[in-house]
Amino acid sequence: MGSQGRTRRGAVVTDPERRETLARTPSPVAWLLVAIAASFLGLFLVLPLVAVFAQALAKGLGPALAAIADDETLSAIRLTLMTVAIAVPLNVGFGLAASWAIAKFEFCGKSFLVSLIDLPFSVSPVVAGLVFVLLFGARGLLGPALADQGLQVVFAVPGIVLATTFVTFPLVARELIPLMQAQGNEEEEAAITLGASGWQTFRRVTLPKIRWGLLYGVILCAARAMGEFGAVSVVSGHVRGETNTMPLHVEILYDGYDFVGAFAVASLLALTALATLGAKSWIEARGPRRSVA
Amino acid sequence: MSQAVSIEEAPLADAERMPAAVGPGRARARRRLLPGFRMTLGITLLYLGFMVLLPLSALALKASTMSGNVFWGTAASARALASYRLSFGASFAAAAVNAVFGLIVAWVLVRYRFPGKRLFDALIDLPFALPTAVAGIALTFLYSPRGWIGAILAKAGIEIAFTPVGVMVALTFIGLPFVVRTVQPVLEDLDREVEEAAACLGATGLQTFRRVIFPTVLPAVATGFALAFARALGEYGSVVFISGNMPMRTEIAPLLIVTRLEQYDYAGATAIAVVLLVSSFALLLLINGLQAWGARAERAEARS
Amino acid sequence: MGVDPNAAFARHWKKTHGQKVTIRQSHGGSGKQARAVIDGLEADVVTLALAYDIDALAEHGQLVPRDWQSKLPDRSSPYTSTIVFLVRKGNPKAIRDWGDLMKTGVLVVTPNPKTSGGARWNYLAAWAWALRKPGGSEASAEQFVRKLYANVPVLDSGARGSSTTFAQNGIGDVLLAWENEARLLVEQVGRDRLEIVIPSLSILAEPPVAVVTRNVERHGTGEVARAYLEYLYSEEAQRLVAKHFYRPRLESVARGLGRRFPPVQLVTVDEVFGGWQRAQRAHFADGGTFDRIYRPGGE
Repeated sequence: MGSQGRTRRGAVVTDPERRETLARTPSPVAWLLVAIAASFLGLFLVLPLVAVFAQALAKGLGPALAAIADDETLSAIRLTLMTVAIAVPLNVGFGLAASWAIAKFEFCGKSFLVSLIDLPFSVSPVVAGLVFVLLFGARGLLGPALADQGLQVVFAVPGIVLATTFVTFPLVARELIPLMQAQGNEEEEAAITLGASGWQTFRRVTLPKIRWGLLYGVILCAARAMGEFGAVSVVSGHVRGETNTMPLHVEILYDGYDFVGAFAVASLLALTALATLGAKSWIEARGPRRSVA
Repeated sequence: MSQAVSIEEAPLADAERMPAAVGPGRARARRRLLPGFRMTLGITLLYLGFMVLLPLSALALKASTMSGNVFWGTAASARALASYRLSFGASFAAAAVNAVFGLIVAWVLVRYRFPGKRLFDALIDLPFALPTAVAGIALTFLYSPRGWIGAILAKAGIEIAFTPVGVMVALTFIGLPFVVRTVQPVLEDLDREVEEAAACLGATGLQTFRRVIFPTVLPAVATGFALAFARALGEYGSVVFISGNMPMRTEIAPLLIVTRLEQYDYAGATAIAVVLLVSSFALLLLINGLQAWGARAERAEARS
Repeated sequence: MGVDPNAAFARHWKKTHGQKVTIRQSHGGSGKQARAVIDGLEADVVTLALAYDIDALAEHGQLVPRDWQSKLPDRSSPYTSTIVFLVRKGNPKAIRDWGDLMKTGVLVVTPNPKTSGGARWNYLAAWAWALRKPGGSEASAEQFVRKLYANVPVLDSGARGSSTTFAQNGIGDVLLAWENEARLLVEQVGRDRLEIVIPSLSILAEPPVAVVTRNVERHGTGEVARAYLEYLYSEEAQRLVAKHFYRPRLESVARGLGRRFPPVQLVTVDEVFGGWQRAQRAHFADGGTFDRIYRPGGE
């Protein structure tokens, strides 16, 4: 996903007049390619999405709403939102610090540091969960010491938050680093020269310039944090009403033959995903991301 | 104004004392004008260390306590090898499907105008935003013998859900955005005049594509392919529902880790996790190399 | 579905002790749950699918005493079940007994016994039938089980996954399931789609319960944890578990429900396999019989 942000940013908008319009130039090859692309996207993107909502409403709206209003679903929603509310600010704080250090300064080992930040992207979610079990499990490296202090990490809420934070770790930083690098340092340097403090410079000069990228990073990070499954599944004890996040609850309902319930909760998550995509398009339509280069 | 001048002088004078004040050294000196380097780098390293390096070192530490025999006994057992074959094979196949169709989708989105285009463009990122478990149950429903697509295929005697093909379908879904999103900007930057010149010189559409367009987008396609492959290799949530999870046949490597854990076999889980992690690192290096290649190709094009 | 025994116990405890208890249930297969408790899930009591998983709590984390099974009546197993067949309505493949499962063209759905504690009972029931039938031997039992697993198209990691595969995704001709799971599935999916077949011989599945001593010591919840498990043996609780299709231990309750639970010839793991530890070592450990016979795709 990082590279997606990176490559997309340098794009120059092609002159729309020079694009072929199917209606105007109905070349058979163009039609064929559009048909292939549309079928591929229809089959792999639209159909699964439609299936989620159709299955949720298979027995009408009532049972779907009842499944969502269920106590255990509500507590899963609460836990998921709480996880997001902790993981996202942590990663935003880190993303801002990392992008400031990396984009504004030159130092040895910078490209290595950037690779390290990307690392969690390439770690399987299951492995991400496993490392926290090895670290904080009752027989892990730090687990026994923490248990003596009465602190339980894995199979409790802190483990879910940690695993989620790990998995979503690079998202904000990856959005901000290329953005801040492209923007250069001149304006910040001018502000400092004019006597502004570091904080003032950051708040008044840098933040307004990166706000759309930051917002996009936050949205992406929140969406991924809500939906994380593999890592959370390994560190959660699957206690209904306690350590059960929304995606895990979908699995429990699905395995318990409650398909309407599973797809009803899934459709809540799908709606969130659609809102994320909508927000992304809206941010992009406002232009700043593309005009940066 | 005079105050400002004096402020400006202080850091510069400070910077002047730094060695190698020419070339890159000068840039470094100038950059240090901004405050907050130590603090932000400190936060970055601390957080990175605690959140990423410490947990990953737990894995390395656990693996280092295992004897070589025990480690390879699990990491290279017949069942583990079968799971790598499936994970790598299905990921490769899915990434290949995405490379071909992703290129077509990117081309269509950049070059043509058609109804619903903006919607399709926005939907491309759905696999990033949709929780994997949701994708998993939706795809399982669609492709199981009673689902919308599965029922049609079942009549033709084709099974998808609970076969390795089902695994590939799930991995194609989650890797779909990568090729599209890496190729799209390259196609947008592609100089139409070169194509038009080729066409004027008598090249057919196919020749133009093969000689002019394809070489330009190739690094981007390769990068997208590698990114999709890397993502697919570690994927769990969307696959477990549709795969049927049969050892030796439809059991992916991440699932085998979970299976080992449920048999209280921490060493076994660790061994397979190490293999998976090392493969991901190798892929990460490959992707960095591919991106450098892409950047070089872009610069070369800009010069010409 | 009837009243849940947890809610009933909460009421009972409120009445007798004036305290409010909340019972939180964790979800997942037996092995998954046992692992979570070993790794630090702060459960006060566990109710798992087989004694082997509670033995693991004793072995891997000293979480329960080694003699946990003698702490409660009936080897710490307050209710039982058995393995039955679930087939499509009208039993189109004419599946009547274990022998029919090895016929070619019959697709059997059962979870992986290596990951699913519950599925080990399925495997052992099949083995026991083949061993006990006239002329049966260890070799013929192995042959039978090998053929049976060759007919398994999907080996889910847990019992719930298999039920979904069979009932919702329409895979397979017969599902091997615990009687209570099978009855529940028929209730939920519909009598017009599924029916239950009781084989001539099956195994007595005894899901055990235990107090997680180490955790209750820390939480100070020992009294209520023990009371909860003892409550499961009470007449009220036995009636409730019977509503959930488990076979009650209490004679007085079982007698009244004779028709609900058809008689089956049942053997126990101890009789046929010499206990769970031995069964586990011989059949399900890495390199055990199951690994030897199960070679999917290799046929």
